Amino acid sequence: MQADIFTRRRNGGLLFFTLLTVLTTGSIVITRYDVLKGFTSIFRAFAWGAANFYPDAGAMTKLPDILLKLKETVLMSVASTTVAAIFAMFLALAGSSTTGLCSLSGIITRGVASIFRNIPLVAWAMVLMLAFSQSELTGYLALFFGSLGFLTRAFIETIDEVSNKPVEALQATGASYFQVVFQAVLPAGMPQLSSWLLFMVDTNIRDATLVGLLTGTGIGFSFDLYYKSMNFHAASLVVILIVITVIVVEMISNYVRRVIM
Amino acid sequence: MALLELKNVTKYYAGPTPALAGVSFTVKEGEFVSVIGPSGAGKSTLLRCINRMIEVTGGEILFGDLAVSKLKRRDLRKLRTGIGMIFQHYNLVDRLTVIENVLHGRLGYKSTLAGVLGLYSREEKMQAFNIIKILGLGEQVYQRCDQLSGGQKQRVGIARALVQNPKMILCDEPIASLDPNASKIIMDYLKKIANGMGITLICNLHQVNVALAYSDRIIGINKGKVVYDGPPGKLTADLTSEIYGTESGELIVDWGERYAS
Repeated sequence: MQADIFTRRRNGGLLFFTLLTVLTTGSIVITRYDVLKGFTSIFRAFAWGAANFYPDAGAMTKLPDILLKLKETVLMSVASTTVAAIFAMFLALAGSSTTGLCSLSGIITRGVASIFRNIPLVAWAMVLMLAFSQSELTGYLALFFGSLGFLTRAFIETIDEVSNKPVEALQATGASYFQVVFQAVLPAGMPQLSSWLLFMVDTNIRDATLVGLLTGTGIGFSFDLYYKSMNFHAASLVVILIVITVIVVEMISNYVRRVIM
Repeated sequence: MALLELKNVTKYYAGPTPALAGVSFTVKEGEFVSVIGPSGAGKSTLLRCINRMIEVTGGEILFGDLAVSKLKRRDLRKLRTGIGMIFQHYNLVDRLTVIENVLHGRLGYKSTLAGVLGLYSREEKMQAFNIIKILGLGEQVYQRCDQLSGGQKQRVGIARALVQNPKMILCDEPIASLDPNASKIIMDYLKKIANGMGITLICNLHQVNVALAYSDRIIGINKGKVVYDGPPGKLTADLTSEIYGTESGELIVDWGERYAS
C-alpha cells in the first residue's frame, strides 16, 4: 500500500511537469515568440535605460510641476479610499452573518461587492470616461468603486471573524443594534479594519498612476506627457518620485498598524 | 414564588430530530439550578431559548408574568436587561479594558445614542467599580482583557452580568475552559451570587460532581428531554448513567464529593 502512494506521488509529479512543458512550448510555438531574442532584449533595455532614463538638470526644473501632480494623485487616492471605506462599512454590516439583517441582505451585499471587485480598475475608468470624460472625477470614481468592492469583502470577513462572540454577549444584555455595533464590532475589529484601509490606500496610490494615464489627470498624465514628448529624463523623475511616495506611504501605514494593535 | 416557568418548550433546527422535545419546569427565585447532560443534548439551546437568543418552535416560557415568546423588540430588550448571561469563552471585547467590558452590562438600560457613545453615569461607573472590586479584580480595572487569565476573564464576564442588576443569570458552561483552581473560584462566586444576593442561577455544566456540590437542584437532559429534575441528594449513580446514556461504572464521577461539601 505504502509503495503505491509513493508511485502515485511520482507519477503525479511527472504528469504535472509534462503538462507544464507542453503548455510552455505550445504557447511559444503558436505565438512565434523568440525566446533568445526576448532575453537579450532585456539587457538592451537596461542599457538604454542607463543611457537615457535618468533625471538630469533639465528634469529638475519640472520638479515643482511634478510634485503638484503627485500631491493631487495622493490626495485623490486617500479621499476615494476613505469615502469608499465608510460606504463599505455599512455594506459589510448588512452583509455580515453576525450583524446582518437577514440571509438575503448577506447574499445581495456579497454579490454586489464581488461584482465591483471583479471589474478591473481600467474597465471602470473607461466606462466612467463615457459619463465624465477625462476629469479628476473619473479617476476618483474608478478608484472608489474598486475599493468599495474590495473593502466590503474584507470588512465582512473581519466582522465575522472577530466579533461574533462579543456580539452575542452584548445582545444578551439587551443592547440595541447600534450599541452592539459601536461597543463590540468596531472596537473588536479596529486593528484589522484599519489595516485593510491602509492597505487599500497603498494600492490605490499605485493604481491612481495607471488610472491617471487613461483619464489624463494627476501624476499618470505627467508621465504620459513627458514620455510621449520623449522627455525621458523628466519621465524617469516621475517614476522615481512615485516609487519614493509608495515606500513612504507603506512605512507610515506599517507604523500606524503597529501602534493601533 | 416561581420566577421562570417553561411549558412544553420544543425547538427544531433543520431536520426532523428536535433539539428540545417538550421541556417543562419551573424555577424559584434565588434557586441555583444546574443543567447536566451529554454534549448535544440541548443544554445550550435550552439556555438561549430563555432569553430568546434562539426562537422556540413551540411551547411557552414565562419570566415573571411576561410571556417571553410574544414580546416585541423593545420589550425583549427590557427582558434581556433583567437576565445576565455568562459564556464558556467569556465573550468579552478583548481589546477593551475590564471596566469598559463590565459597563457593557448597562447598555440595555441606556438610550441608543448614549450607548453608542459610551456615556455612562457616575452611579453606573461607581457600581461597576464596586462589583469589580468584590470579584477581586480591583488591580486590573484599567487592564485590557487580552492580558487577563481565563479565570480573571470569567470574573469580568460575571461582573458584566451583575452590573445589569439581573433577577436571573444564565451560565453556559462557565468553567469548561478553566483549570480546577479557577473553576472553584468561579463556582464559589456563583454560589455566593445565588445564595447571598438572591439572584436565580441556571447553569449548564459538564462536571457532574461540580453540579452535585454547588446546586440546589439538578435538571438532567438527554436528547432534548428532561430525564431528571430534583435535588442533588436524590441523584443516584443509576439516574446519572440514564442521563448520560452509559453504564454508571464508565462515568468518572466522584460520588464521595457531595458528602464532603
